[in-house]
Amino acid sequence: MPKNKPKPVKGRDYDSMTGADAVAFGMRQINPDVVAAFPITPQTEIMERFSQFYADGIVDTEMILVESEHSAMSAVVGAAAAGARAMTATAANGLALMWEIVYIAASTRLPIVMNVVNRALSGPINIHCDHSDSMGCRDSGWIQIYSENGQEAYENTIFAVKFAEHPKVRLPVMVCQDGFITSHSVEPINFIHDDKVKQFIGKPKPEFSLLDVDNPITLGPLDLFDYYFEHKRQQIEGMENARKAFLDVAKEFEKTCGRRLQYFEEYSSKDADYVLVVMSSTAGTAKEVVDRLRKQGKKVGLIKPRLFRPFPYEEITKALEGKKAVAVMDRSASFGAQGGPLFLEISSAMLNSAKKPKLCNYIFGLGGRDTSMQDIEKVFEDLMNGKPKALNYLGVRG
Amino acid sequence: MAKKKKLQAVCPVEHGWKTIKPAGITEPGSAEELKTGDWRSQRPIHNMEKCIHCLQCFIFCPDCAIKTTEDGKFKEFDYYHCKGCGICAEICPVKAIDIADESESLEKEKKENKQNAKK
Repeated sequence: MPKNKPKPVKGRDYDSMTGADAVAFGMRQINPDVVAAFPITPQTEIMERFSQFYADGIVDTEMILVESEHSAMSAVVGAAAAGARAMTATAANGLALMWEIVYIAASTRLPIVMNVVNRALSGPINIHCDHSDSMGCRDSGWIQIYSENGQEAYENTIFAVKFAEHPKVRLPVMVCQDGFITSHSVEPINFIHDDKVKQFIGKPKPEFSLLDVDNPITLGPLDLFDYYFEHKRQQIEGMENARKAFLDVAKEFEKTCGRRLQYFEEYSSKDADYVLVVMSSTAGTAKEVVDRLRKQGKKVGLIKPRLFRPFPYEEITKALEGKKAVAVMDRSASFGAQGGPLFLEISSAMLNSAKKPKLCNYIFGLGGRDTSMQDIEKVFEDLMNGKPKALNYLGVRG
Repeated sequence: MAKKKKLQAVCPVEHGWKTIKPAGITEPGSAEELKTGDWRSQRPIHNMEKCIHCLQCFIFCPDCAIKTTEDGKFKEFDYYHCKGCGICAEICPVKAIDIADESESLEKEKKENKQNAKK
Protein backbone atom coordinates (compact mmCIF):
# COMPACT_ATOMS: atom_id res chain seq x y z
CA MET A 1 0.00 0.00 0.00
CA PRO A 2 1.60 3.29 -1.04
CA LYS A 3 2.06 5.84 1.71
CA ASN A 4 -0.34 8.36 0.21
CA LYS A 5 -3.30 5.95 0.09
CA PRO A 6 -5.87 5.95 2.91
CA LYS A 7 -4.74 3.63 5.66
CA PRO A 8 -6.75 0.42 6.04
CA VAL A 9 -8.98 0.20 9.10
CA LYS A 10 -8.66 -2.90 11.26
CA GLY A 11 -11.47 -5.40 10.85
CA ARG A 12 -12.63 -4.12 7.48
CA ASP A 13 -12.84 -6.08 4.25
CA TYR A 14 -11.25 -5.16 0.95
CA ASP A 15 -12.64 -5.35 -2.53
CA SER A 16 -11.46 -3.90 -5.82
CA MET A 17 -13.90 -1.59 -7.51
CA THR A 18 -14.33 1.78 -9.15
CA GLY A 19 -15.23 4.95 -7.28
CA ALA A 20 -18.73 4.81 -8.76
CA ASP A 21 -19.18 1.20 -7.67
CA ALA A 22 -17.93 2.05 -4.19
CA VAL A 23 -20.57 4.77 -3.87
CA ALA A 24 -23.29 2.41 -5.10
CA PHE A 25 -22.04 -0.14 -2.56
CA GLY A 26 -22.33 2.55 0.12
CA MET A 27 -25.86 3.36 -1.05
CA ARG A 28 -26.78 -0.31 -0.69
CA GLN A 29 -25.59 -0.16 2.92
CA ILE A 30 -27.47 3.10 3.53
CA ASN A 31 -30.60 1.53 2.01
CA PRO A 32 -32.32 4.87 1.28
CA ASP A 33 -36.13 5.08 1.20
CA VAL A 34 -36.21 6.80 -2.17
CA VAL A 35 -33.67 7.10 -4.98
CA ALA A 36 -34.45 9.05 -8.14
CA ALA A 37 -32.06 8.81 -11.03
CA PHE A 38 -31.43 9.86 -14.58
CA PRO A 39 -28.32 8.68 -16.44
CA ILE A 40 -25.50 11.05 -17.31
CA THR A 41 -21.84 10.34 -17.97
CA PRO A 42 -19.86 9.74 -15.79
CA GLN A 43 -22.44 9.35 -13.01
CA THR A 44 -24.39 6.58 -14.79
CA GLU A 45 -22.24 3.84 -13.29
CA ILE A 46 -23.40 4.66 -9.77
CA MET A 47 -27.09 4.34 -10.56
CA GLU A 48 -26.52 1.41 -12.92
CA ARG A 49 -24.94 -0.54 -10.09
CA PHE A 50 -27.47 0.63 -7.53
CA SER A 51 -30.43 -0.28 -9.76
CA GLN A 52 -28.92 -3.78 -9.91
CA PHE A 53 -29.16 -3.97 -6.11
CA TYR A 54 -32.74 -2.73 -6.46
CA ALA A 55 -33.62 -5.27 -9.15
CA ASP A 56 -32.13 -8.07 -7.07
CA GLY A 57 -34.29 -7.06 -4.11
CA ILE A 58 -31.25 -6.35 -1.95
CA VAL A 59 -32.46 -2.86 -0.99
CA ASP A 60 -35.90 -1.71 0.19
CA THR A 61 -35.61 1.48 -1.81
CA GLU A 62 -38.36 2.99 -3.91
CA MET A 63 -36.45 3.60 -7.14
CA ILE A 64 -37.86 6.27 -9.42
CA LEU A 65 -36.56 6.39 -12.96
CA VAL A 66 -37.37 9.91 -14.02
CA GLU A 67 -37.40 11.65 -17.39
CA SER A 68 -34.83 14.34 -16.56
CA GLU A 69 -32.56 15.59 -13.81
CA HIS A 70 -35.01 18.39 -13.08
CA SER A 71 -37.48 15.65 -12.22
CA ALA A 72 -34.88 13.63 -10.31
CA MET A 73 -34.21 16.53 -7.97
CA SER A 74 -37.94 17.31 -7.73
CA ALA A 75 -38.67 13.69 -6.82
CA VAL A 76 -36.12 13.58 -4.02
CA VAL A 77 -37.35 16.95 -2.75
CA GLY A 78 -40.87 15.54 -2.57
CA ALA A 79 -39.65 12.34 -0.93
CA ALA A 80 -37.53 14.18 1.64
CA ALA A 81 -40.44 16.51 2.42
CA ALA A 82 -42.48 13.39 3.14
CA GLY A 83 -39.82 12.38 5.65
CA ALA A 84 -37.99 9.82 3.53
CA ARG A 85 -34.25 9.38 3.33
CA ALA A 86 -33.71 10.34 -0.30
CA MET A 87 -30.67 10.19 -2.57
CA THR A 88 -29.75 10.92 -6.15
CA ALA A 89 -26.62 11.40 -8.23
CA THR A 90 -25.67 13.48 -11.21
CA ALA A 91 -22.92 15.28 -13.11
CA ALA A 92 -22.28 18.38 -15.18
CA ASN A 93 -25.19 19.21 -17.48
CA GLY A 94 -27.49 17.04 -15.40
CA LEU A 95 -26.70 19.18 -12.37
CA ALA A 96 -27.25 22.26 -14.52
CA LEU A 97 -30.71 21.02 -15.45
CA MET A 98 -31.50 20.43 -11.76
CA TRP A 99 -30.49 23.99 -10.94
CA GLU A 100 -33.86 25.46 -9.99
CA ILE A 101 -34.72 22.62 -7.62
CA VAL A 102 -31.17 22.43 -6.19
CA TYR A 103 -31.81 25.80 -4.55
CA ILE A 104 -35.29 24.77 -3.44
CA ALA A 105 -33.92 21.59 -1.79
CA ALA A 106 -31.53 23.68 0.30
CA SER A 107 -33.94 26.45 1.24
CA THR A 108 -36.63 23.90 2.15
CA ARG A 109 -34.01 22.41 4.51
CA LEU A 110 -34.25 18.88 3.16
CA PRO A 111 -31.40 16.51 4.10
CA ILE A 112 -30.88 14.99 0.64
CA VAL A 113 -27.57 13.36 -0.26
CA MET A 114 -26.45 13.69 -3.86
CA ASN A 115 -23.32 12.26 -5.39
CA VAL A 116 -21.85 14.56 -7.98
CA VAL A 117 -19.33 12.98 -10.30
CA ASN A 118 -17.46 16.09 -11.34
CA ARG A 119 -17.45 16.69 -15.07
CA ALA A 120 -16.81 19.77 -17.20
CA LEU A 121 -19.89 21.76 -18.10
CA SER A 122 -20.64 22.26 -21.77
CA GLY A 123 -19.78 23.82 -24.01
CA PRO A 124 -17.94 22.83 -26.05
CA ILE A 125 -19.25 19.47 -24.95
CA ASN A 126 -16.85 17.49 -22.79
CA ILE A 127 -17.42 14.46 -20.59
CA HIS A 128 -14.21 14.57 -18.57
CA CYS A 129 -13.37 15.91 -15.17
CA ASP A 130 -13.27 19.42 -13.90
CA HIS A 131 -15.12 21.11 -11.06
CA SER A 132 -17.14 23.64 -13.05
CA ASP A 133 -20.40 21.80 -12.35
CA SER A 134 -20.35 21.65 -8.55
CA MET A 135 -18.44 24.93 -8.16
CA GLY A 136 -21.25 26.64 -10.05
CA CYS A 137 -23.63 25.82 -7.22
CA ARG A 138 -21.35 26.68 -4.32
CA ASP A 139 -23.83 29.43 -3.38
CA SER A 140 -26.89 27.20 -3.65
CA GLY A 141 -26.93 26.40 0.07
CA TRP A 142 -25.75 22.80 -0.29
CA ILE A 143 -22.97 21.40 1.85
CA GLN A 144 -20.13 20.26 -0.40
CA ILE A 145 -17.64 17.51 0.38
CA TYR A 146 -14.90 16.62 -2.12
CA SER A 147 -13.33 13.18 -2.32
CA GLU A 148 -9.79 12.35 -3.36
CA ASN A 149 -10.44 8.73 -4.31
CA GLY A 150 -13.06 5.99 -4.28
CA GLN A 151 -12.36 5.24 -0.62
CA GLU A 152 -13.16 8.82 0.36
CA ALA A 153 -16.18 9.03 -1.94
CA TYR A 154 -17.54 5.89 -0.28
CA GLU A 155 -16.93 7.08 3.27
CA ASN A 156 -18.09 10.63 2.54
CA THR A 157 -21.38 9.29 1.18
CA ILE A 158 -22.14 7.36 4.35
CA PHE A 159 -20.94 10.27 6.49
CA ALA A 160 -23.10 12.71 4.51
CA VAL A 161 -26.36 10.94 5.39
CA LYS A 162 -25.89 11.55 9.11
CA PHE A 163 -24.37 14.99 8.54
CA ALA A 164 -27.32 16.20 6.42
CA GLU A 165 -29.84 14.93 8.96
CA HIS A 166 -28.11 16.53 11.95
CA PRO A 167 -30.93 18.46 13.68
CA LYS A 168 -28.94 21.69 13.75
CA VAL A 169 -28.02 21.40 10.06
CA ARG A 170 -30.85 19.89 8.00
CA LEU A 171 -29.27 20.80 4.70
CA PRO A 172 -28.63 18.76 1.56
CA VAL A 173 -25.12 17.46 0.95
CA MET A 174 -23.25 17.09 -2.30
CA VAL A 175 -20.54 14.43 -2.25
CA CYS A 176 -18.17 15.09 -5.14
CA GLN A 177 -15.67 12.77 -6.78
CA ASP A 178 -13.68 13.29 -9.96
CA GLY A 179 -15.32 12.02 -13.12
CA PHE A 180 -13.52 9.02 -14.71
CA ILE A 181 -10.32 9.64 -12.74
CA THR A 182 -12.03 8.42 -9.57
CA SER A 183 -15.41 7.18 -10.76
CA HIS A 184 -14.04 4.73 -13.35
CA SER A 185 -10.69 3.74 -11.86
CA VAL A 186 -10.51 0.47 -10.01
CA GLU A 187 -8.84 0.64 -6.62
CA PRO A 188 -8.95 -1.39 -3.43
CA ILE A 189 -11.82 -0.20 -1.27
CA ASN A 190 -11.74 -0.83 2.45
CA PHE A 191 -15.39 -1.42 3.38
CA ILE A 192 -17.21 -0.69 6.58
CA HIS A 193 -19.40 -3.61 7.69
CA ASP A 194 -23.12 -3.32 6.94
CA ASP A 195 -24.15 -3.36 10.59
CA LYS A 196 -21.67 -0.62 11.45
CA VAL A 197 -23.10 1.58 8.69
CA LYS A 198 -26.61 0.87 9.96
CA GLN A 199 -25.55 1.70 13.49
CA PHE A 200 -23.87 4.93 12.38
CA ILE A 201 -26.65 6.37 10.22
CA GLY A 202 -29.55 5.18 12.42
CA LYS A 203 -33.15 5.74 11.43
CA PRO A 204 -34.14 9.05 9.83
CA LYS A 205 -35.84 11.42 12.26
CA PRO A 206 -37.60 13.93 10.03
CA GLU A 207 -38.69 17.16 11.67
CA PHE A 208 -41.88 17.23 9.63
CA SER A 209 -43.62 15.09 7.06
CA LEU A 210 -46.06 16.06 4.37
CA LEU A 211 -47.65 12.61 4.82
CA ASP A 212 -48.46 13.28 8.46
CA VAL A 213 -52.17 13.99 7.91
CA ASP A 214 -52.83 14.55 11.60
CA ASN A 215 -50.46 17.49 11.61
CA PRO A 216 -50.95 19.08 8.21
CA ILE A 217 -48.50 21.76 7.09
CA THR A 218 -47.91 23.89 4.05
CA LEU A 219 -44.34 23.72 2.82
CA GLY A 220 -42.72 26.30 0.58
CA PRO A 221 -45.49 28.91 0.44
CA LEU A 222 -45.20 32.42 -0.96
CA ASP A 223 -42.62 34.12 1.23
CA LEU A 224 -42.27 37.78 0.34
CA PHE A 225 -40.49 40.77 1.85
CA ASP A 226 -42.09 40.06 5.24
CA TYR A 227 -40.53 36.59 5.85
CA TYR A 228 -38.02 35.65 3.14
CA PHE A 229 -35.07 37.48 4.73
CA GLU A 230 -35.65 35.72 8.08
CA HIS A 231 -35.76 32.35 6.36
CA LYS A 232 -32.52 33.08 4.50
CA ARG A 233 -30.83 34.24 7.71
CA GLN A 234 -31.94 30.99 9.33
CA GLN A 235 -30.58 29.01 6.38
CA ILE A 236 -27.22 30.80 6.73
CA GLU A 237 -27.21 29.80 10.40
CA GLY A 238 -27.89 26.17 9.43
CA MET A 239 -24.80 26.28 7.22
CA GLU A 240 -22.78 27.90 10.01
CA ASN A 241 -23.95 25.16 12.40
CA ALA A 242 -22.74 22.60 9.87
CA ARG A 243 -19.15 23.61 10.59
CA LYS A 244 -19.35 22.37 14.17
CA ALA A 245 -21.76 19.55 13.35
CA PHE A 246 -19.16 18.20 10.91
CA LEU A 247 -16.79 17.63 13.81
CA ASP A 248 -19.52 16.08 15.99
CA VAL A 249 -20.61 13.68 13.26
CA ALA A 250 -16.95 12.97 12.43
CA LYS A 251 -16.40 11.94 16.04
CA GLU A 252 -19.30 9.50 15.84
CA PHE A 253 -18.02 8.25 12.50
CA GLU A 254 -14.60 7.62 13.97
CA LYS A 255 -16.13 5.74 16.88
CA THR A 256 -18.32 3.50 14.73
CA CYS A 257 -16.48 3.30 11.43
CA GLY A 258 -12.90 3.76 12.54
CA ARG A 259 -11.69 6.70 10.46
CA ARG A 260 -11.22 10.31 11.49
CA LEU A 261 -12.64 12.72 8.91
CA GLN A 262 -11.29 16.26 8.95
CA TYR A 263 -12.11 19.57 7.33
CA PHE A 264 -8.94 19.16 5.30
CA GLU A 265 -6.00 16.85 5.20
CA GLU A 266 -2.58 18.25 6.07
CA TYR A 267 0.02 16.24 4.22
CA SER A 268 3.57 17.07 5.33
CA SER A 269 2.38 20.66 5.53
CA LYS A 270 2.89 21.46 9.21
CA ASP A 271 6.61 22.18 8.96
CA ALA A 272 6.56 23.08 5.27
CA ASP A 273 7.51 26.45 3.81
CA TYR A 274 5.83 25.92 0.47
CA VAL A 275 2.32 24.54 0.42
CA LEU A 276 0.00 23.45 -2.31
CA VAL A 277 -3.77 23.51 -1.81
CA VAL A 278 -5.72 21.26 -4.13
CA MET A 279 -8.92 19.22 -3.89
CA SER A 280 -9.99 15.80 -5.11
CA SER A 281 -7.96 13.34 -7.16
CA THR A 282 -5.11 15.71 -8.04
CA ALA A 283 -4.24 15.74 -4.35
CA GLY A 284 -3.23 12.09 -4.78
CA THR A 285 -0.76 13.01 -7.52
CA ALA A 286 0.47 15.94 -5.47
CA LYS A 287 1.16 13.72 -2.45
CA GLU A 288 3.55 11.64 -4.54
CA VAL A 289 5.33 14.83 -5.68
CA VAL A 290 5.54 16.05 -2.08
CA ASP A 291 7.09 12.73 -1.04
CA ARG A 292 9.70 12.94 -3.79
CA LEU A 293 10.61 16.56 -3.09
CA ARG A 294 10.78 15.84 0.64
CA LYS A 295 13.33 13.13 -0.13
CA GLN A 296 15.41 15.85 -1.78
CA GLY A 297 15.15 17.86 1.44
CA LYS A 298 12.70 20.44 0.10
CA LYS A 299 10.23 21.70 2.70
CA VAL A 300 7.02 21.26 0.76
CA GLY A 301 3.56 20.16 1.81
CA LEU A 302 -0.01 19.79 0.73
CA ILE A 303 -3.39 20.77 2.09
CA LYS A 304 -6.40 18.98 0.65
CA PRO A 305 -9.74 20.51 1.62
CA ARG A 306 -12.50 17.93 2.04
CA LEU A 307 -15.24 20.27 3.22
CA PHE A 308 -15.74 23.17 0.81
CA ARG A 309 -19.17 24.33 1.99
CA PRO A 310 -19.24 25.50 4.72
CA PHE A 311 -15.65 26.59 4.17
CA PRO A 312 -13.44 26.06 7.24
CA TYR A 313 -11.80 29.46 6.81
CA GLU A 314 -10.47 29.87 10.37
CA GLU A 315 -8.77 26.48 10.42
CA ILE A 316 -7.33 26.91 6.92
CA THR A 317 -5.98 30.33 7.87
CA LYS A 318 -4.24 28.83 10.89
CA ALA A 319 -2.80 26.03 8.77
CA LEU A 320 -1.41 28.41 6.15
CA GLU A 321 -0.20 31.26 8.35
CA GLY A 322 3.55 31.77 8.36
CA LYS A 323 4.22 29.78 5.19
CA LYS A 324 6.55 31.37 2.67
CA ALA A 325 4.33 30.78 -0.33
CA VAL A 326 1.08 28.96 -1.06
CA ALA A 327 -0.22 27.85 -4.44
CA VAL A 328 -3.94 27.19 -4.68
CA MET A 329 -4.96 24.93 -7.53
CA ASP A 330 -8.43 25.27 -9.01
CA ARG A 331 -9.99 22.80 -11.38
CA SER A 332 -12.51 25.38 -12.60
CA ALA A 333 -12.39 28.96 -13.74
CA SER A 334 -14.46 31.80 -12.37
CA PHE A 335 -14.72 34.01 -15.40
CA GLY A 336 -13.81 37.61 -14.71
CA ALA A 337 -12.83 36.92 -11.11
CA GLN A 338 -9.36 37.25 -9.62
CA GLY A 339 -8.91 33.49 -9.63
CA GLY A 340 -10.67 30.16 -9.22
CA PRO A 341 -13.29 29.55 -6.50
CA LEU A 342 -10.92 27.81 -4.04
CA PHE A 343 -8.35 30.59 -4.45
CA LEU A 344 -10.96 33.28 -3.79
CA GLU A 345 -12.09 31.38 -0.72
CA ILE A 346 -8.57 31.08 0.69
CA SER A 347 -7.61 34.65 -0.22
CA SER A 348 -10.57 36.06 1.67
CA ALA A 349 -9.91 33.69 4.58
CA MET A 350 -6.35 35.09 4.84
CA LEU A 351 -7.44 38.70 4.34
CA ASN A 352 -6.88 39.89 7.91
CA SER A 353 -4.06 37.54 8.80
CA ALA A 354 -0.84 39.24 9.91
CA LYS A 355 1.24 36.25 8.82
CA LYS A 356 -0.18 36.00 5.34
CA PRO A 357 1.94 33.93 2.93
CA LYS A 358 2.47 34.88 -0.68
CA LEU A 359 -0.59 33.48 -2.45
CA CYS A 360 -0.95 32.46 -6.05
CA ASN A 361 -3.47 30.59 -8.11
CA TYR A 362 -3.14 27.88 -10.74
CA ILE A 363 -6.09 26.97 -12.95
CA PHE A 364 -5.54 23.40 -14.13
CA GLY A 365 -7.08 20.31 -15.65
CA LEU A 366 -10.10 21.92 -17.33
CA GLY A 367 -12.12 19.43 -19.35
CA GLY A 368 -10.06 16.53 -18.00
CA ARG A 369 -6.65 17.81 -19.19
CA ASP A 370 -4.19 15.49 -17.51
CA THR A 371 -2.15 16.98 -14.69
CA SER A 372 1.09 15.11 -14.35
CA MET A 373 3.62 14.94 -11.54
CA GLN A 374 5.91 17.12 -13.66
CA ASP A 375 3.18 19.79 -13.80
CA ILE A 376 2.86 19.82 -10.03
CA GLU A 377 6.64 19.79 -9.61
CA LYS A 378 6.69 22.91 -11.76
CA VAL A 379 4.22 24.60 -9.41
CA PHE A 380 6.48 23.83 -6.44
CA GLU A 381 9.52 25.09 -8.39
CA ASP A 382 7.67 28.34 -9.14
CA LEU A 383 6.89 28.70 -5.45
CA MET A 384 10.47 27.98 -4.37
CA ASN A 385 11.92 30.34 -6.97
CA GLY A 386 9.66 32.99 -5.53
CA LYS A 387 8.47 34.14 -8.89
CA PRO A 388 4.94 32.85 -9.46
CA LYS A 389 2.43 35.19 -11.05
CA ALA A 390 -0.77 35.79 -9.12
CA LEU A 391 -2.80 33.82 -11.65
CA ASN A 392 -1.37 30.98 -13.71
CA TYR A 393 -2.71 28.37 -16.11
CA LEU A 394 -1.18 24.95 -15.75
CA GLY A 395 -0.92 22.74 -18.83
CA VAL A 396 -2.67 24.96 -21.36
CA ARG A 397 -0.96 25.34 -24.75
CA GLY A 398 0.25 28.89 -25.28
CA MET B 1 -71.69 23.72 7.88
CA ALA B 2 -69.49 23.64 10.95
CA LYS B 3 -67.98 26.97 11.80
CA LYS B 4 -64.52 27.17 10.35
CA LYS B 5 -61.68 27.43 12.81
CA LYS B 6 -60.08 30.84 12.67
CA LEU B 7 -56.69 30.33 11.07
CA GLN B 8 -53.72 31.74 12.88
CA ALA B 9 -50.42 32.47 11.26
CA VAL B 10 -47.80 30.04 12.59
CA CYS B 11 -45.21 32.78 12.59
CA PRO B 12 -46.61 36.20 13.39
CA VAL B 13 -44.76 38.94 11.53
CA GLU B 14 -42.87 40.07 14.62
CA HIS B 15 -41.07 36.70 14.82
CA GLY B 16 -37.36 36.96 14.06
CA TRP B 17 -35.17 34.43 12.28
CA LYS B 18 -34.34 32.60 15.48
CA THR B 19 -37.92 31.60 16.25
CA ILE B 20 -39.53 31.45 12.82
CA LYS B 21 -40.37 27.96 11.51
CA PRO B 22 -37.90 26.75 8.90
CA ALA B 23 -38.50 26.75 5.17
CA GLY B 24 -41.68 28.81 5.39
CA ILE B 25 -43.69 26.05 7.05
CA THR B 26 -47.19 27.26 7.88
CA GLU B 27 -50.52 25.72 8.70
CA PRO B 28 -52.42 24.68 5.60
CA GLY B 29 -54.90 27.19 4.25
CA SER B 30 -53.14 30.19 5.73
CA ALA B 31 -53.32 32.01 2.37
CA GLU B 32 -56.84 32.90 3.51
CA GLU B 33 -55.28 35.27 6.01
CA LEU B 34 -53.43 37.22 3.37
CA LYS B 35 -55.33 40.44 2.74
CA THR B 36 -55.37 40.70 -1.02
CA GLY B 37 -58.20 43.24 -0.81
CA ASP B 38 -55.71 46.07 -0.35
CA TRP B 39 -54.33 45.54 -3.86
CA ARG B 40 -57.61 46.88 -5.22
CA SER B 41 -57.78 50.09 -7.26
CA GLN B 42 -61.43 49.60 -8.18
CA ARG B 43 -64.22 47.75 -6.46
CA PRO B 44 -67.34 45.88 -7.58
CA ILE B 45 -70.65 47.16 -6.22
CA HIS B 46 -73.62 44.84 -6.24
CA ASN B 47 -77.20 45.79 -7.07
CA MET B 48 -79.47 43.25 -5.37
CA GLU B 49 -82.57 44.50 -7.24
CA LYS B 50 -81.13 43.64 -10.64
CA CYS B 51 -79.43 40.39 -9.54
CA ILE B 52 -80.96 37.12 -10.83
CA HIS B 53 -78.63 34.94 -8.70
CA CYS B 54 -77.24 33.03 -11.65
CA LEU B 55 -73.85 33.00 -9.80
CA GLN B 56 -71.83 33.50 -12.97
CA CYS B 57 -69.77 35.94 -10.88
CA PHE B 58 -69.11 33.16 -8.32
CA ILE B 59 -67.91 30.80 -11.05
CA PHE B 60 -65.66 33.31 -12.77
CA CYS B 61 -64.19 35.03 -9.71
CA PRO B 62 -60.45 34.13 -9.77
CA ASP B 63 -60.34 34.55 -5.98
CA CYS B 64 -63.08 33.42 -3.61
CA ALA B 65 -64.48 36.90 -3.16
CA ILE B 66 -68.18 36.15 -3.85
CA LYS B 67 -70.00 34.98 -0.76
CA THR B 68 -73.22 33.05 -1.23
CA THR B 69 -76.12 32.16 1.02
CA GLU B 70 -76.77 28.59 2.06
CA ASP B 71 -79.60 28.30 -0.44
CA GLY B 72 -77.24 29.26 -3.26
CA LYS B 73 -77.89 32.97 -3.74
CA PHE B 74 -75.53 35.90 -4.06
CA LYS B 75 -74.87 37.25 -0.55
CA GLU B 76 -72.08 39.84 -0.68
CA PHE B 77 -68.56 40.60 -1.85
CA ASP B 78 -65.67 39.58 0.35
CA TYR B 79 -63.72 42.83 0.21
CA TYR B 80 -60.92 41.30 2.36
CA HIS B 81 -59.91 39.20 -0.65
CA CYS B 82 -61.45 40.92 -3.70
CA LYS B 83 -58.62 42.33 -5.86
CA GLY B 84 -60.99 44.39 -7.97
CA CYS B 85 -60.25 42.71 -11.29
CA GLY B 86 -63.74 43.43 -12.59
CA ILE B 87 -64.35 40.02 -14.17
CA CYS B 88 -67.63 39.68 -12.22
CA ALA B 89 -68.96 42.94 -13.65
CA GLU B 90 -67.88 41.90 -17.14
CA ILE B 91 -69.55 38.47 -16.92
CA CYS B 92 -72.83 39.58 -15.23
CA PRO B 93 -75.64 38.99 -17.79
CA VAL B 94 -77.96 41.59 -16.22
CA LYS B 95 -75.36 44.27 -15.41
CA ALA B 96 -76.05 44.01 -11.69
CA ILE B 97 -72.44 44.75 -10.79
CA ASP B 98 -70.91 48.19 -11.15
CA ILE B 99 -67.26 49.03 -10.93
CA ALA B 100 -66.38 52.04 -8.80
CA ASP B 101 -63.10 53.77 -8.07
CA GLU B 102 -61.60 52.34 -4.88
CA SER B 103 -60.32 55.59 -3.38
CA GLU B 104 -63.63 57.35 -4.05
CA SER B 105 -65.45 54.44 -2.45
CA LEU B 106 -63.18 54.62 0.57
CA GLU B 107 -63.83 58.37 0.93
CA LYS B 108 -67.52 57.73 0.73
CA GLU B 109 -67.27 54.99 3.34
CA LYS B 110 -65.37 57.31 5.66
CA LYS B 111 -68.01 60.03 5.34
CA GLU B 112 -70.80 57.57 5.96
CA ASN B 113 -69.05 56.21 9.01
CA LYS B 114 -68.62 59.73 10.40
CA GLN B 115 -72.27 60.54 9.84
CA ASN B 116 -73.32 57.27 11.46
CA ALA B 117 -71.11 58.06 14.43
CA LYS B 118 -72.78 61.53 14.78
CA LYS B 119 -76.20 59.97 14.71
